[in-house]
Formats: sequence, structure tokens, C-alpha cells
Amino acid sequence: MELLLASAIGVLTAAGIYLVLRLRSFPVIVGLALLTYAVNLFLFASGRLVVDMPPVLRDGVDSYTDPLPQALVLTAIVISFGMTAVVVMLALGAYLSAGDDDVSLAPQDDGREGGA
Amino acid sequence: MDSAAVFLPIIAALPFLGALLPGLMIQAGRNTCAAFTAAPTILALLLLMLCVPAVLRGEVLTYHIDWLPSLGLNVNFMLDGLGLLFAGMILGIGLLIILYARFYLSREDPMGQFYTYLLLFQGAMVGIVLSDNILLLLIFWELTSLSSFLLIGYWKHLPEGRQGARMALTVTGMGGLAMIAGMLILGNIAGSYDLSVILTQKEAIQASPLYLPALILILAGCFTKSAQFPFHFWLPHAMAAPTPVSAYLHSATMVKAGIFLMARMWPVLAGTPEWFWIVASTGLITMVIAAKIALFKDDLKALLAFSTVSHLGLITMLLGLGTKAAATVAVFHIINHATFKAALFMTAGIVDHEAHTRDIKRLGGLRHLMPITFTIATVAALSMAGIPPLNGFLSKEMMLAEVAETHWIGPYWLMGALATLGALFSVAYSFRYIAHVFLGPKRHDYPAHPHDPGFGMWAAPALLTVLVVLIGFMPMTFAGDLVRVSAQAVTQAEPYVKIYHWHGLVPAFWMSVVAVLGGAALLALHAPLMRAWNATPRPEAKTMFDAVTRAATRAGTALTDGVHDGSLMRNAAVFAVVVPVLGWFAYAAGGMTAPTRAPLPVALVPAVGWVILLVSTALLVVYHRARFTALVLLGIVGLMVSLGFVYFSAPDLALTQISVEVVTIILLLLALNFLPRETPAESSGARRLRDGVIALAGGAAVTGLTYAILVRDFAQDSISAFHLANSYKGGGGTNVVNVILVDFRGFDTFGEIIVLGIAALVIFALTDTVLRGAGGRRLANLSPDTNPEGQAGDRHPLMMVIATRVMMPIALMVGAYIFLRGHNEPGGGFIAGLVVAIAFLMQYMASGYAWAEARQRVTYHATIGLGVLIAALTGVGAWLAGRPFLTSDYGYLHFPPIEEFEWATAMAFDVGVFLTVVGAVMLALQSLSSMARRTGETVNVFPMDINPARTDTDTDENRGGT
Repeated sequence: MELLLASAIGVLTAAGIYLVLRLRSFPVIVGLALLTYAVNLFLFASGRLVVDMPPVLRDGVDSYTDPLPQALVLTAIVISFGMTAVVVMLALGAYLSAGDDDVSLAPQDDGREGGA
Repeated sequence: MDSAAVFLPIIAALPFLGALLPGLMIQAGRNTCAAFTAAPTILALLLLMLCVPAVLRGEVLTYHIDWLPSLGLNVNFMLDGLGLLFAGMILGIGLLIILYARFYLSREDPMGQFYTYLLLFQGAMVGIVLSDNILLLLIFWELTSLSSFLLIGYWKHLPEGRQGARMALTVTGMGGLAMIAGMLILGNIAGSYDLSVILTQKEAIQASPLYLPALILILAGCFTKSAQFPFHFWLPHAMAAPTPVSAYLHSATMVKAGIFLMARMWPVLAGTPEWFWIVASTGLITMVIAAKIALFKDDLKALLAFSTVSHLGLITMLLGLGTKAAATVAVFHIINHATFKAALFMTAGIVDHEAHTRDIKRLGGLRHLMPITFTIATVAALSMAGIPPLNGFLSKEMMLAEVAETHWIGPYWLMGALATLGALFSVAYSFRYIAHVFLGPKRHDYPAHPHDPGFGMWAAPALLTVLVVLIGFMPMTFAGDLVRVSAQAVTQAEPYVKIYHWHGLVPAFWMSVVAVLGGAALLALHAPLMRAWNATPRPEAKTMFDAVTRAATRAGTALTDGVHDGSLMRNAAVFAVVVPVLGWFAYAAGGMTAPTRAPLPVALVPAVGWVILLVSTALLVVYHRARFTALVLLGIVGLMVSLGFVYFSAPDLALTQISVEVVTIILLLLALNFLPRETPAESSGARRLRDGVIALAGGAAVTGLTYAILVRDFAQDSISAFHLANSYKGGGGTNVVNVILVDFRGFDTFGEIIVLGIAALVIFALTDTVLRGAGGRRLANLSPDTNPEGQAGDRHPLMMVIATRVMMPIALMVGAYIFLRGHNEPGGGFIAGLVVAIAFLMQYMASGYAWAEARQRVTYHATIGLGVLIAALTGVGAWLAGRPFLTSDYGYLHFPPIEEFEWATAMAFDVGVFLTVVGAVMLALQSLSSMARRTGETVNVFPMDINPARTDTDTDENRGGT
């Protein structure tokens, strides 16, 4: 199972990176979502894999999975929703303001001085 | 601890507190403003005076406040003789400068700003000299660099002012960085960052192999600050500042900070050959070179600036000699130089103010026009030249006597000769200041008609000149005690202080005679020498400095643009390559232990899930251009991830993931409404190949890392066992994940809901901005009919509306259930919030956003705010019970006929979480929907398209309205 999960995280990461490197904002957002899955799974996996031992205390049961990564990942999932929402809004705002969803354009002239 | 010691932190804080006043008081007029600037300074000076008796008795006042004891950083203040000398100078001369600046600054200059900067600077300087902790000292040290930047660049409209300020900040700031390193090494050797401890560790410090690096780094800080060769070039450029600034920073304070630190560290750093060679040589070279340059400067302030550099060199050299007698002379000269140089700067300012020029070539003959200024300037300049019986003479004689007994390099007399040469130049430029400005014939071509200024302007230099004369005539009466206690602080020994005028026909006397006669002769030959000077090419420091900074800027720009040229992909690709490479280095450099965990056997169902996940991810990459398809596939991936959480014993995560999945996909669908439906195929095959290689490498790295972690146990015991053991006992809940969220790590969660709330508000604000700008106009022109797939047949289908209405109470009930059981079973505020948000969303989807929104009375901003507030109040409630923030308590409640249930205060916190999540999700979706209305989408009157309970006329109206 460990190899399955590790390879799943790897595939999600690879797909995420590939999509993030695209030229338009929408695939970048989808890529970020995939990377979010990968990161959350990775954090979760740092508690090691355990089957049928949820961290809910029961009488007569004395082995549980690691609850700490789960708590951290739970908030991470919710926060990543917030992040996705902000990024979507940014992409939408940029598209509507500029009429283009290209994210590869370098600014033409940012007015930076060359000298001291 | 002496009772006067409590004044020390107040003295250091007063200028900073006072810095708030000028900005406010400037409204009440310039005099009031100056008075309110002077008040904190006077108060601080008075408090300092109260400490004087104790210090003169030889006591060292200390005051300790713990700040960050674990870092060794404490707010410790100390006042000994050296601190008293400097604090007195900083506050005393500061007071005179405030008076002088009141009359110097013109009506156009923003005086409030000036006084604020001045007090900030004063506070930083006082902080340096009172600090007993070197880390605290470093903080004040950096503050002087920053506040002096503001002061030097005060005339923002002058390019010289801005350039001078930038140069001063660059040079002294870099020196400050070096000094931080040096001080940290020093503190490390001594085992403490408290000066009072460090000063007792002389043997340990000088024996340490790190002594030389620490010495060089600290001296780099001192030399840059005190403008020692080869860092002297910034000081003349800082003369673009208003004259009060020059008089303050460059006579008594900022440039003396380096001297102060050398004197402060003298007991532990001095006395070694390294110290002698570095410090004495630098001082000697600076003294001679700067004195020579000063002679050929036509700008009055430039002349004084280089003379300052030269005199600082003299003091540095004396400290560098390493003998107690020389250090005593150094202290005495610090006092003398501050008095005459501040007075001279002020007279230069007066001349500039009255004659509208500082160019010596355009001046001369001012003694008849400005007799008072002439008198003041002459006395001060004669003191600078070292003419008896003024105070400059006394310390110069003593300096020459010390140098005459020191062997430097080459012949035995070389150091004495060079010092005499420096003194000779000093005499020449001092005489020139008198002769070429005030003596000579009266001219008729001054840019303005010079005359003596009002009393307010000449009072300050006059007072200083009186001191020059008094110390000159009766040194033991007026400076003896101060020199004694401060020399005692520098040398850590009872010094022998005997200052007198006539030493007999000793070598120092003849050296003085040579200097005075030679200086006079040099001035007589000034015109031909000046022509020769102008004919010789010299390296120009500013050109070199500009070239270096330009090159550094260019290199920095090239590097930044290389990795981040504004294109997202460039940046992301660099990141995606660098991280695996660094990981590979770490892997290759370290070793791997053998696996310690047996892998779990592969089960059929999860293996199928794995295949689905992989296939949908692969399809997603292949078909990502078709954006709707991509979203569907993304949903499948999210579902598989949720199922994975279920399988691996994480029910809370599964619940959260699946509900977040729903709202995320809805959000993306809404957004896609306004975006192109297809991603065009733009990148070349080579580019896709390159990105593919980067992506595969990253994926492989993550796979390897994850697998390596998964087959090994924790290297150390994890803290999770604590949470499992205390979840019920301490937190009153059996769902450990929820107890961690609302109790153990409640503060984290508190921060996270705030972040979530802020994200929602950002979305709201962004939408608002977009709708106001070009985006709003574009939206208004975007007709929904351009959608190639066409509109759906029913916008608000009957079946869906009815179903969601039935579902609403059920969904809310589920939400309440999940919330209430959260502490003991999978669930809680986060998940309940998402479920309830989805329940609302269903209504919005069924009947349209505007229709639904018109029927609900809650503002989501308020929901978010209320949630954060409730969470915060729960935390504060623990304070009322005398416990730390967010400590929870629990008990049992019994309401018949419901069975007894447990109740924890953490539940109130969870209510806060719940409300914030609901508010944030709804606000984000509301913002997106408000865009839809801009496209001209109409608002339906009725909840659904076809309503059996409606008459035909209603139906017609409704159709007409849509």
C-alpha cells in the first residue's frame, strides 16, 4: 500500500507541476489544485499509514493512528479552499481586466532604474 | 543598585516618546514646536544630572529588564563615566542644536519632520551609550544609521542630499552588518551579551582564535561609522544636509559612535599587537590624509567635514596606541573636539545663512560685517588649530607627547613626524577658515548682504565657545572630573589625570611650534599649492562608489530577472527544478537507514481506487484544454483522495475533503462561466517535452521521498501520544483530531479561521475592484447567449427547486448533527460549516442567486466577523478563569428528558469556526455570482420556471422577465 500511496502522490505532483507550467491561468489553477491534493496527502502520510484505527477513542481499544497530521491536514484542506478561491478570483479579475488569461507575459516596462 | 539607576531607561526612552510631539505641535507654530522638542531633551538631561554624583563617586549605575533572556537579549542599561560623557554631549549639544535649528530652518522647511527625525536620532544615540547589552546596542546602532539617513536626506528636493544620505546609509549600514557578526562572535566567546560581563573577559577573548575576526568585524563597524580611511568618503557627501544636522551628527554624535564603541571595547580588545597595528595605523593615516584634503576644500562645510575626519583619526590613533595615558588623552580630545567643532559648524551655517554662499573664494572680509560670528569662529578655529591656551591646544600637546614616545614602523621618529605633519595641516586649514572668510578686504559681490544673525542663532555656538575658553584656561576645574571618570571607564583603572599648559621644553613643545609655524607658512603659500592640487589627478571616491553600487544593482537585477522575469512559468519552473536538486544533494550527502516498517498488504478495493486516480489524473493532463472535462476529472481525483482518507483511518479528513470538493468545483464552474471554454494549444513540442521532464522529475522525487518516509518509523518519539493520552482527560472529547483542533492547537485554528476570513474578504474586495474597472465594462458587454453550448432549457427546474427545498432542513439537521457530535465522533465546526454552506448553495443553484439572496437577511461579512469574535471571546474567557488563552474546560449537563451529555467550552470555539467557514464560503460564491448579474442576467420573480400553483398570467410575466 505504501508504494501505491507514494506513487499516487508522485503522479499528482507531476501532473500538478506540468499544468502549473502551462501558459493560461485556468490550467495553472487546476495544477495548483492537484498540487494541493499531493501536499495534503503527503502531510497526512507523514503520520504513517494505518488501516482501521481511526483516532476516535473507544473503550478497550488502545492502538490508534496518529491524530496530529490529520488535524493539521484538516485545516490545510479548508485553507486550500480559501487559496483556490482567491487564485480563481485573481485569474478572473486579470482576464476580465486585460481581456487575456495568459500568465507568461513579462511586464513590458516596470520603471525600474538601472543605476543607484 | 543606586536609586538613580531607574532613570536610565527613562532617559533612553524620552527622546523616542518626545519624537511624537513635534509633528503634532507644529500646528501650534514653530516656537511651540521647538519648545516641545526641547522639553524631552531637557528632561532627559536633568535626569542625567541626577545620576552625576553617583558616577563621580566611581559607581556604575545599572538597570536590568528581561526581554528575551533565552536569546541573551535584555534591556540592560548602564551608566559609567564614558556613558555619562557621551550622554551629556548628545543631550547637551542636542539641546543647542534644537535652539539653533529653530532659527536656521526657513519657513518652507517642514520643521515638525526635522525635529521628529532629530529626536529619533538623539534617542538612538543615547541608547547606544547607555546600553549594557551588546545586542541592544546593535539595535540602537542600526537605528542611528536609519535616522541619520532621514536627517541627511532631509532636503528631499536636493539630489546631493538624497545621494549623500544613500551613501551614508550604505557605508554605515554595511559596517553595521559586519559589526553584528563581530559582536555575536564576541558574545559567544565571553559567554554573555552583557557588556558588564564581556568587559571582565579580557584574557579569554584575546586568547580565542576568533579574536582577530571579531576584532576586524567590530572595527569595520566603528571605522565606517567614524569615517576612518578608507571609508571616510561618505562624510563630506553627507554635508548636503542642513547645517544643524552636520553640526550634530558630525561633531558630537554619529561619527563619535564608532569612537565610543572603540573606547567601550577598549578594556577587552586593546593592548594586542593586532589592535595597535590596525587601529593606530588607520587613525594616523586618516588624520594626515584628511587634514591635507581639508586644506584644499573651498566649501566651508567640506573643509570642516574633512577636518572632522582628521580629528576622528587622531582620537582613533590615540585609542589604538593601547596605553592608558593615550586613552585618557583620547577621552579629553573627544570633549574638546565636540565643543569647538560644533561651534565651527554652526558659524559655517550662519555664514551660509547670511551670505548665501559657503564658497571660501567668494567670501572674505566678513569681520566688519559679522563681528560676533567672527569672534566665535576665531576662538573655535584657534582651538582647532591648537593654539594655547584654548582646549584644543591641551589635548593636542598631550597627543604629541604620547606619539613622540611610540615606535610605529621605520625610524623611531616617524610616527611623531607624521602626527606633527597632521597637526601642521590642521593649523593651516584652521587659519584659512579665519583668514579667507573673515579677514582680508571687505567685498562688494557677496550673493547677499551678510550681517550678524539674531541672538537665537548665535547663542548656541557662543555657549560652546565659552566652554572652549573655560576648559582651555581651567581644564582641571571644568573637565578634570569628567575626564577622570570616563578615562576610568575606558581603562578600567584609576587614571592619572593632570592637565596643564606648560610641560617644559619637551619634544611635544617643539613639535607644536613646528606645526604652528609650518601651518602659517603653508597658508601663505596656499594659492600656488591650490593650483598644484587642482592640477594633480585624484581618485574620486563618489565615482568609485557609484560604479560599485551600479555594478551591484546590475548584478542583482540580472539575477532577479533571470529567475523571475514576471512570467509565472519561469518562476515555477525554477522552483520545480531547484527543490528536487537540493533534495538530491541532501540525499546524496546523508545516509539512509534500513526500512523499519513492514509495508501494508495491497487490498483490492484501494488498488482499484488507485487505478481510477491515476487514470483520471493522466486523462486530466491529456485533456486539460477542454476545461469542463478537466473539472469533471478533477472532481473524480478529489473523490478518490477522500476515499483514500476513509481507507487510511481518517474519517474527519474524508468528510472535510468531500465537502470542500463540492464547493471548490462549484466555484470553478462559476468562474468558468466568464473564462474561455478551451485552452488554446500554444506551447511548442520542445517546450512540452521540457515541462514534462521537469514534472516527471518532480513527481519521481516526491514519490521517492514519500516512500522513504512511509517505510520508516519516526526517528524520535512523536508528540502524538500525548494528544491521545490527554484528549479525554484534558479536553473532554474522544475525537482526538477535533480536540487537537479546538483545544491543543486551538491557537493555530484561531489563526487559520482568521486567514480564511481574510481570504473571503480579499475575494470580495477583488470582485468590487474588477467590477468598477475595465473588467466591469467587459462583463456588461458579455452576452450570455454567446455561449456555444447554448443556454440550458430550464434555468430553474421544477424538480430541482422542490428537491432542494425538501433537502434544506435535512441538510441543516445533518450539519447540526455533525457539529454537535464533533467533539467525540468524526465531525466538528469545519465540516459542519461546509455542509451547511452546501445546504444554502443548493437553494442558490436551484432558484438563482439573486432570488435566494433577496430572501436571506444575513450579511456574510458579519458572519465571518462574528465567528472570529466568538472564537476569540472563548479564548479570552479562559483568562477570566485565570488560565492561559484558549484553555478549555468541560462538564456534564443534564436536561430532562434528554440523556446527560457532556459539554466543553471548546464547543463555543467550534461555533466560531463554524460561522467563519459558512461566512467565508458563502461570501466567496456571492462575489462570483455578483459578476454574473453584471452580464445582464435578469432576476427571476418566481422560484422556479414552471409552477403548477401559478396562474397563466404569472407564468407569462415570469417568462417575460427572464
